[in-house]
Amino acid sequence: MLARALDSDIWHSFRGSPITMVSAVVALICIAGAMLAPWLAPSDPFDLASLSLGDAFKPPRWSDGGDPAFPLGSDGQGRDVLSAIMYGGRVSLLVGFAAVLLSTVLGLALGLIAGYVGGALDAVLMRIADIQLTFPGFLIALLIDGVVRAVLPAEVHDRIALLVVICAIGISAWPSIARTVRGSTLVERNKEYVLAARIIGVPAWRIMLSHVLPNVLGPVLVIATLNLSGAILAEATLSFLGVGMPPTQPSLGTLIRIGNDFLLSGEWWITLFPGAALVALVLSVNLLGDWLRDALNPRLR
Amino acid sequence: MIAFTLSRVLQAIPVMLTVALISFLMFTYVGDPVAIMLGQDFTEQQRTKLIHDLGLDAPILVQFARFIGNALQGEFGLSYRLSRPVSELIAERAPATLELAGCAALFALALGLPMGVYTGLYRNSWLSRVFLTFSLIGVSLPTFLIGILLILVFSVWLGWLPSFGRGDTVQLGWWSTGLLTLSGLKALVLPSITLGLFQLTLIMRLVRAEMLEVLRTDYIKFARARGLTDRAINFGHALKNTLVPVITIAGLQLGGIIAFAIVTETVFQWPGMGLLFIQSVGVADIPVMAAYLLLIALVFVAINLIVDLLYYAVDPRLRIGRGGH
Amino acid sequence: MAAPLLEVRDLRVEFPSRRGTLTALDGISFAIAPGEVLGMVGESGAGKSMTGAAVIGLLEPPGRIAGGEIRLDGERIDNLPYERLRRLRGKRIGAIFQDPLTTLNPLYTVGRQLSETMLTHLPISPAEARRRAIGWLEQVGIPAAARRIDSYPHEFSGGMRQRVVIALALCAEPELVIADEPTTALDVSIQAQVIALLKRLAREQGTAMLLITHDMGVIAETADRVAVMYAGRIVEIGPVRDVVKAPRHPYSAGLMAAIPPLAARIERLAQIEGAMPRLAAIPPGCAFNPRCPQVFARCRDARPVLRPAGASQAACWLYDDPAGGGVHG
Repeated sequence: MLARALDSDIWHSFRGSPITMVSAVVALICIAGAMLAPWLAPSDPFDLASLSLGDAFKPPRWSDGGDPAFPLGSDGQGRDVLSAIMYGGRVSLLVGFAAVLLSTVLGLALGLIAGYVGGALDAVLMRIADIQLTFPGFLIALLIDGVVRAVLPAEVHDRIALLVVICAIGISAWPSIARTVRGSTLVERNKEYVLAARIIGVPAWRIMLSHVLPNVLGPVLVIATLNLSGAILAEATLSFLGVGMPPTQPSLGTLIRIGNDFLLSGEWWITLFPGAALVALVLSVNLLGDWLRDALNPRLR
Repeated sequence: MIAFTLSRVLQAIPVMLTVALISFLMFTYVGDPVAIMLGQDFTEQQRTKLIHDLGLDAPILVQFARFIGNALQGEFGLSYRLSRPVSELIAERAPATLELAGCAALFALALGLPMGVYTGLYRNSWLSRVFLTFSLIGVSLPTFLIGILLILVFSVWLGWLPSFGRGDTVQLGWWSTGLLTLSGLKALVLPSITLGLFQLTLIMRLVRAEMLEVLRTDYIKFARARGLTDRAINFGHALKNTLVPVITIAGLQLGGIIAFAIVTETVFQWPGMGLLFIQSVGVADIPVMAAYLLLIALVFVAINLIVDLLYYAVDPRLRIGRGGH
Repeated sequence: MAAPLLEVRDLRVEFPSRRGTLTALDGISFAIAPGEVLGMVGESGAGKSMTGAAVIGLLEPPGRIAGGEIRLDGERIDNLPYERLRRLRGKRIGAIFQDPLTTLNPLYTVGRQLSETMLTHLPISPAEARRRAIGWLEQVGIPAAARRIDSYPHEFSGGMRQRVVIALALCAEPELVIADEPTTALDVSIQAQVIALLKRLAREQGTAMLLITHDMGVIAETADRVAVMYAGRIVEIGPVRDVVKAPRHPYSAGLMAAIPPLAARIERLAQIEGAMPRLAAIPPGCAFNPRCPQVFARCRDARPVLRPAGASQAACWLYDDPAGGGVHG
C-alpha cells in the first residue's frame, strides 16, 4: 500500500512542487520546535527563579551587545526570546489544532444531523448557522471571548483562558463546515445504499456514522486544513488585542503584543521574531493546504 | 423587485432581534449595574429604590421591549468606564472609523481588482507570479503584524509617516474629518494600507479564481470560435461575467473591514469605534459593548441586503424571472 | 473532386502527459469540397471533436499539432500566427458546439452577440448589423424576431438557443462550418428540425460542413460523404450511401450492424466485442485488430493506410489490392 501511495498522483504532484516540499519541511520544523519546546529550548522562560533583570533587553546574538546565551535577544524581564517563541508556538499550535478539531467535530455532527434528519431540526440549525454567518468569524470569536471575560473574574479567566479561546474560535467556525456537511449528507441520503440500510432497519445514528460520514469526510478535511491557518491567526489576533492568551501562558500573539510596547524605543527584536515565527508557521500551513486542495481537486487533474 | 427587497428586509429582522436579545442578556445578567452605580456602602432600601428606578424589577419581556425601544432611539445608557452617554461616545468615534474603513476599502478595490484581472488573464507572466506570491504572504500575515511592520519601516526607521493618532482633524458639523489636513492625510496612509491589505489579497484571489473559471467556459470558447478580438473576449465577455459574482462576494468581504478595524485601530491607537470596543471589553463595559454589537449587526445586515440587491440588479437571469420556457 | 475547400493531410495531434506523449490524432487525411457536407462518426474519444478543434485552431493546450498540414483554399492555416488565425475564425470557418445551454453568454442579449460577431468581421455599420441580426433570427426560425433580438439567452428554450447558435456561427458568412454534435443535447423531436435547418442554410449559402456526431441517423440524412474514425485514425471514408449500405471496414460494418433495424424483430442488439483502446494503450498494427472478427496475422504487424475499396476508401488489410477489388471483393 505504501508503494501505491508513493506512485499516486498526489505524491508526484508533491515531489514536483519544490515550494510545497519546502513548506512541508518548514512546517515540520515549526511544529517539532514548538511541541518539543520543553526539551529543546535553551531556557525555560517561565521559570521565574531563573530570570534576572540583568539579562534584560539584550539584542540578538549577532549585533553589538549580543549574548550567545540569548540567540535572538531577551525581553524586558530577561527572558530568552528564542525560548519564548518556542513555548509560545506551542500554545499557538495547540489552540489552532484544538479549535479546528472542535469546529470540525461540531460542524460534522450538526451538519450530519441537519442533513439526515431534516425537517424542523434542519431548519432551525441552518437558521442559526445563517445568522451566525452574517458576521465574520473573528467577530463572533471576539464576542464569545469578551462576554466570558466580562462574566468571570480576572484570575479565573486567566486560568481557563486556553479553554475559552479554543471554544470561541471553534464555535465561530462551525457554520461553514456544517453547511458543507449538510449538503453532502443530503446527497448521500438519497443514495441506494442508505435506503437499503434503512430498510434493513439499521438505526439512524449508525447509518450516519458508518455509512454517510466516510463519504462526506473528503471535502471536510480539506476545509479543516485550510481553516488551521485561520484559527492560528485568529488566536494570534485575539491575544494581540489582549483578550486571548494571557502573559502567564503566552502564545505568539501575546508575545507580539508584549514586544509592541518596546517597538518605538528601539528594541525591535522582542516583537519581530515572534512575528516572523508566526508568519513562517502560517505561511507553510497555507502552502500545504493550497497544495492539498489542488491535489484533491478532481477537476484539475 | 419590491417584493424581493421586502422579503430580504423581513429576513433581516430575526437576525437583528437575535443580536438584540444577546445584547439585552449581556446587559441584564453580566455584572451588576446597580452595584456599580451605588458603590460600596448602600442600604437595602437604596438598592430597592434604584432597582425600581432603573426598571429592573419589571418582567423580563417588558425589560426587553424597553431595551429595544431605547435602542431604536439610540439610547444605551452611560458607559461604565467613562460615565458618558454611549450614543455620544459612538457618534464621536464613528467618523474616524468610517473614514478609515472607506480609505481601506478604496485601496483594496482599486488595487485588488486590476491585480486579480491581470493574474487571471496572464497566468504565466512573471508579474503574475509576483502578485501571487505577494497575495500568499498577505493572507498569511495577520493584520496587526502588517501594521507593526509598516510602523517599523515607515515610522521608526524612515520617519516618513506617523505611527499613531489621526493627525489634525477638521470639524464639519457633527463629522470630524482628517481628509482636509496634510497631517490627517498622512495619518490615514499606514492604517488604511494595514486594514485594506488583507481584503486586497482576498479580492485579488477571488477575481483571479473567477476569471480562470470564466475563461474555461463554453461561451468563451464559442466567442473565440467566432473570431472575436482578444480585447472583446477578455474585457467584454470574461470580465463582465467575472465581476457579477465578484461584486457580491467582495461586498460581503468589505463588511469584514469594519470588523478588522478593531485590530488596526488598536495598533495605531486610532480613536475610532473599534478601539472604543476593545477598551470596553477589557473592563467589561457592557453598555458600550452592547451598543457596538447592535450597530455592527445593523451594518452587516445592511451590507448583506445591499449586496443581494446589487446581484439582482446586475444579473439578468434573476431579474426577468423564470420566463422562457 | 474539384479544388477542395478544406484539405487535411497527415494531421497529427499530440499532447504530453505524465505518462509520456499521447497521440490523439495519428495521420488523419481528408478533404471537403465547397458546399459539401462531410460527416465524421465514431465513438466517444475517437478523435472527432479534436479534429474539428484542430481545423479551427482551438486545440486546448497542452494539445498541439505535431505534424501534417491543414489547407483552406490552398493556403496553409495550421501554422498561422495568432492574429491571422483569429481573423479566419468566424469569417471563413465557423463552429457550432454541442450544448446550447452553455454556449451563449448569459449576460448579453442575443442581438448584442450577433451584432458583435458581424461587426468584428464585416465592414458594416452597427445599425446595419442590428438589421441583419433580426434577419438572421428570422432565418433560423425564431418567431417575433424583432422583439426577441433584445432577449437574453435564458429566455429561450434549448432548441431555440441552438438556432441562435447556428445564426451566430453563420452570420459572418463563413465558407466552412464545423458542427460538433449540434443536436446531441436536444430533445429528439427538436433534433430533426434543427438538422433540417442546418442543412437548408448550408445549402443556401453554399457553406461546406464538417458534421461531427456519433448519431448515424443524422449522418445518413444530412451528409454527402462520411468518415469513420477509430482511435485517432480514419478507418473508412466515402459517399454516405455506400458506407452505410455496404461498409467495407469491419469496424464500420460493426457500427452499421449495431443500429437496430426498424422492420425486423431482433433478440439482442448487435455489439462489437471489447472497447476502443485508451490513447496510452493503442495496439501496434491496425488499432482495431484485437476486436476485429476478420483479423489475420498482418493486421497485428503493420498499420494499414486508406486504400480504395469499392466507391470508398478503407484502412484495412482486407483491401490490399490497389485495383480496388479487395481480398473479399
